[in-house]
Amino acid sequence: MSEYIIKNGHVFDPVQGVKGDKADVSIKDGKIVDKVGSGAKVIDAKGKTVMAGAVEIHAHIAGPKVNMGRIYRPEDKLFTCTPTRGMERMGGGNSIPTTFKTGYEYAKMGYTTAMEAAMPPLFSRHVHEEIRDTPIIDEAAFPVFGNNWFVLEYLKDHEIENTAAYIAWLLRVTKGYAVKVVNPGGTEAWAWGLNCLSVNDPVPYFDITPAEIVKGLIEANEYLGLPHSLHIHPNNLGNPGCYETTLDTLKLAEGIKARNKFGREQVMHLTHSQFHSYGGTNWGDFESKAKEITDYVNKNKNITIDTGNVTLDETTTMTADGPFEHHLTGLNHLKWANIDVELETGSGVVPYIYSPNISVCAIQWAIGLEIALLSKDPMRCYITTDHPNAGPFTRYPRVIKWLMSTKAREAQINAFKHKDKVLSQTGLGTMDREISLYEIAQMTRAGPAKSLGLSGMCGGLKPGMDADVAVYDFNPDKPVVNPDDIEKAFSRCAHVFKSGVEVVTNGEIVNNGHKRTLWVNVKVKENPQVMRDINEKFLKYYSITQANYEALGHHFVPNPYTVEVDATQVQV
Amino acid sequence: METVTITMKNPPALYLEADNVSPDTFAGKTAAQIGDLSVHEGNTTSTLGKYFEISGNAGASAADTKIVIKGDVKKVKYLGFKMSAGEVAVEGSTDQYAGAWMTGGKMQVKGNVDAFAGIAMKGGELSIEGNAGNYLGAAYRGDWRGMSGGRILVKGDAGSDIGMYMTGGEMIINGNVDVHVCTHAEGGKVIIKGNAKTKVGGQMVDGTIFVFGTIDVMMPGFKPAGEVEMEVDGVKGKFAHYIGDTGERHKKKKGQVVYANLYKKI
Amino acid sequence: MTKTITDVICPFCGTLCDDVEVVVSDDGKQLLEVYNACVIGTEKFLHSQSKDRVTRPRLHQPDGSWKEISYDEAAEYTAQMLANAKKPLMFGWSSTNCEAQSVGNEIAEITRACCDNTAATCHGTSLIAIQDIGLPSCTLGEIKNRADRVIFWGCNPAHAHPRHMSRYSIFPRGFFTSKGQMSRKMIVVDPRVTDTAKMADVHLQVEQGKDYELLNALRVAFKGEWLPDVVAGIPKEKIREAADMMKSGRFGIIFFGMGVTQSLGKNHNIDEAIAVTKDLNEYTKFSIMPMRGHYNVTGSGEVFAWQFGFPYAVDLTRGFARYNPGDTSTIDLLIRGEVDAMFTIGSDPGAHFPISAVKQFAHLPSVCIDPHLTPTSGVSKLHVPVAFNGVETGGNCYRMDNVPIDCRKVVEPPEGMLTDEQFLIKVRDRVRQLKGAA
Repeated sequence: MSEYIIKNGHVFDPVQGVKGDKADVSIKDGKIVDKVGSGAKVIDAKGKTVMAGAVEIHAHIAGPKVNMGRIYRPEDKLFTCTPTRGMERMGGGNSIPTTFKTGYEYAKMGYTTAMEAAMPPLFSRHVHEEIRDTPIIDEAAFPVFGNNWFVLEYLKDHEIENTAAYIAWLLRVTKGYAVKVVNPGGTEAWAWGLNCLSVNDPVPYFDITPAEIVKGLIEANEYLGLPHSLHIHPNNLGNPGCYETTLDTLKLAEGIKARNKFGREQVMHLTHSQFHSYGGTNWGDFESKAKEITDYVNKNKNITIDTGNVTLDETTTMTADGPFEHHLTGLNHLKWANIDVELETGSGVVPYIYSPNISVCAIQWAIGLEIALLSKDPMRCYITTDHPNAGPFTRYPRVIKWLMSTKAREAQINAFKHKDKVLSQTGLGTMDREISLYEIAQMTRAGPAKSLGLSGMCGGLKPGMDADVAVYDFNPDKPVVNPDDIEKAFSRCAHVFKSGVEVVTNGEIVNNGHKRTLWVNVKVKENPQVMRDINEKFLKYYSITQANYEALGHHFVPNPYTVEVDATQVQV
Repeated sequence: METVTITMKNPPALYLEADNVSPDTFAGKTAAQIGDLSVHEGNTTSTLGKYFEISGNAGASAADTKIVIKGDVKKVKYLGFKMSAGEVAVEGSTDQYAGAWMTGGKMQVKGNVDAFAGIAMKGGELSIEGNAGNYLGAAYRGDWRGMSGGRILVKGDAGSDIGMYMTGGEMIINGNVDVHVCTHAEGGKVIIKGNAKTKVGGQMVDGTIFVFGTIDVMMPGFKPAGEVEMEVDGVKGKFAHYIGDTGERHKKKKGQVVYANLYKKI
Repeated sequence: MTKTITDVICPFCGTLCDDVEVVVSDDGKQLLEVYNACVIGTEKFLHSQSKDRVTRPRLHQPDGSWKEISYDEAAEYTAQMLANAKKPLMFGWSSTNCEAQSVGNEIAEITRACCDNTAATCHGTSLIAIQDIGLPSCTLGEIKNRADRVIFWGCNPAHAHPRHMSRYSIFPRGFFTSKGQMSRKMIVVDPRVTDTAKMADVHLQVEQGKDYELLNALRVAFKGEWLPDVVAGIPKEKIREAADMMKSGRFGIIFFGMGVTQSLGKNHNIDEAIAVTKDLNEYTKFSIMPMRGHYNVTGSGEVFAWQFGFPYAVDLTRGFARYNPGDTSTIDLLIRGEVDAMFTIGSDPGAHFPISAVKQFAHLPSVCIDPHLTPTSGVSKLHVPVAFNGVETGGNCYRMDNVPIDCRKVVEPPEGMLTDEQFLIKVRDRVRQLKGAA
């Protein structure tokens, strides 16, 4: 069955500007097409919402720190594992699902593409094994660059071309997708137990500042013309007053224009912005600076952000911001795992309980929602939970409910033990904006796809695009009586198509499809200097050989999708 | 109170997982319906009625239900699993997970229990006439929230790792215990009337241990803090007082560090 | 003529050296020489060439003799055994690649088996400790480049991980450690005077069974609190000196092994060692790392974890995964008579398990997948020899610091021999039919 027609649904497609009109969506041979023959299978979408498959721009779902989380939290799976059922493999994990469960849960909610937010390059084989074992959804992984010795050394001398050549090499040997930066310089400092908490703190020994690292990587990214921009988790995450460091970081993008052939317009993507929008000086006077951050982003159109919404669950924090995790275990005394990676990065894992009875958690919840509600351009603000850091991705339907319904937000605010703090320390109490379905489509489909440089392929329902389609049991014509119905509808799709294959029917997995691993192959001018530097570092400092580092055979990435970039003609 | 009696008639070749044998699951059911409840032997699922003779109907609620278990249940796990009310009386010895995750009610075992009895207990009472195995009243793997309430009484000896990550509740062991008592505990009270071996109170943040008998080797993290006259579970005597674990983190109350307390009868 | 294959990964221990060079005949059928590997690794490669290898499956006969059968017949026997068992146990996995481990997981899921790896008798207790308290760690290159305090607690790398000290932990001249061995202070904690201990700057001869107490004393010393005169046979002055030596470094690492994972205390020893490491991070930078034994036991733990959620001792009998060592772990399952079929691969429980557990093999239907003749293959009903993983077939493996390295095939296996993965695929396809699975 390769022809389908999804009839009479309410279509929300920001790529074509369709805002809920009743329209048919036709699928043939894996793509959206204008029309199909009479033999096409009919999917009845009457009274239902139809959108493109959603695009997850940032989640921690595959790799060594994710698996460390699984290994060290058996209690995350106690009594909640799901059995083998038909074609579904067994699954488990509330905050850190097993790979099979990850694929199924995303698909059931209508997500068809997901980005693994941070790949330590030395562990690329591990990341790709887990991606391969995550069914249905297309995935890609972002290697981390902000604490990488090559990058620190090249950018100290502002060698953009060399940095670009190194980035191209690393993306190729790790089959990575984008330039990710986490706590620039700070995680290298953490290898000595130190940190960089502002953009001007120099990195021990390498003597370069986070500002120089970030600026240099933006320039290298635009030199190469990559599909996605620099994707950054700034310094000083999670500390009261950190919003100033965030603004300092955002300002590094000022005046820089995006240069690429993929329709991308931003030069910086600020991730999980909730964690970076804190004011106050301690946990007592802790307050929201969502307005300050969103004011800046609203004005500066070469930036995109994602929210990082807190979902008020017991979850697990995990990040390449190693020093932050050490700080967190000092606060909550829960078990702390840490993995420093030679020449490249680090990571940490600590469980965390966002309790509605704790005022700080309630304020964090509010900040995440404020950011979405104050963002003027839904094509530049995307919904995430920085899974699993602020909450499991399975809570996206709940976040959507909170954004679409002031009634739902009020109910939650009233349920807080310290409701007064939420009202005094944030602006959420007076916000009555209700995000529309069209805006949800922008914030979860068209927007992230565009930011990732994939707007020709996914995030929309324009003929020629991949047939990634989600049909929800949600009738936009009916007024919402109970906001929980929003959450219910977005939790389990009536139908999901991935690359033209029906993968979910009535909330159940019916086909695994043929997931792909997206990666970026950049051609650059030959650069013998960089190749020599790489050879030398493997000979002297890495603990594995260059040949074994570069080994990423077919069994790791059985179905690659290569995005080709030609940067051979660029002049600095 | 209504009583259901189940008698082992058909012993399993392997082991049985009888997580449905609890007042909560039996409540509101007749003997026939109880017989239809599932039970597991390895990867096969069967019914209680295939292994047990069942007589008597359950009460309307867990609180109104008493279960008497007769016959050889030494290869039956999870009796009393997650019970919240009512009574369970095992007339012989049983295997692992007796009264595991219980939140209320009373469970009594006339014989011995194996490992993991009363793990993560939140309330109720578990009494064992014979000996208990390892991990009595301990936390589930990886969980920093262990036994938080209720009482466990053991007439005989207990094994190792009792009270791991305990945060509340009380345990009284009349006999001896093996290594590792109250490791990582942050609350609760354990009374050992017999002898302990080593690794008593390791990594304890808070809580109290009483040992009436001997301790072979003290943890270095417990420092002497004098002697005190006390009455513990009806027994009066002089106890050497130790506070610790001095290697571990501790909270402060009114500017004073709050240690765990270990009392050894002199 | 010959050819030299470089960047070969040695498939023996958790050190997973990847700088081995192997010389093979031009037709790729004979392995001739091995360079750079230690004596154990060299033998791992060379012994694949022995002329008396068993190359076909063999079924134990009632009279004690062995009858050769085909791989297809062996797969049928194995599939029937697993499909018909109420609680089969699939153990081992540590000396094979992740691709084979993954197929094994499919089989375990379809047949609702228990699956476990050699951590059960090795670093399983470390995993329990990590689950209770976490793990501040790093990759081996960090040690090479930064470490100036190296502690070996309850392990003897001179014998068990022979190239560890030269490749990573004591001798290398790294980026920040250009004086090599002279940049580092070495502490060994071991009741014995081992060859590793002889190299140490400080050797603490801890009293057997008292590692937990000594680790506790170190934590007490960090906080400057009262200590008894002697702990675990070590005078308190020496304990305070050791504590100061650790605190005064700028990057420390504790490597540990069976001396603490399988002696009195077990997981608690590791728990307290991790607590020591965590405490030291208040003063300087410190990490801790288990010295994993088999070259891919770490990989087995990783694959179990991302597919089922737990790193070892996984019980799938209810159709979903459950975990609780003591209940779901192999030795306990065997000794308590809980299982009714035994499948072993990539390990030798017959040699390493308590004899009361090995005796159980005698009553049980049992299959052993192993290129060698071992005590396990000797007591099993069916012995299926396969190609040597990492020598005659490649595949991904995980080093003791969780770094994944893709092993290489350097030589052809004997004519007609299958790899683990190929044999397991046959078994999987057959159990799917027998169980009517999707």
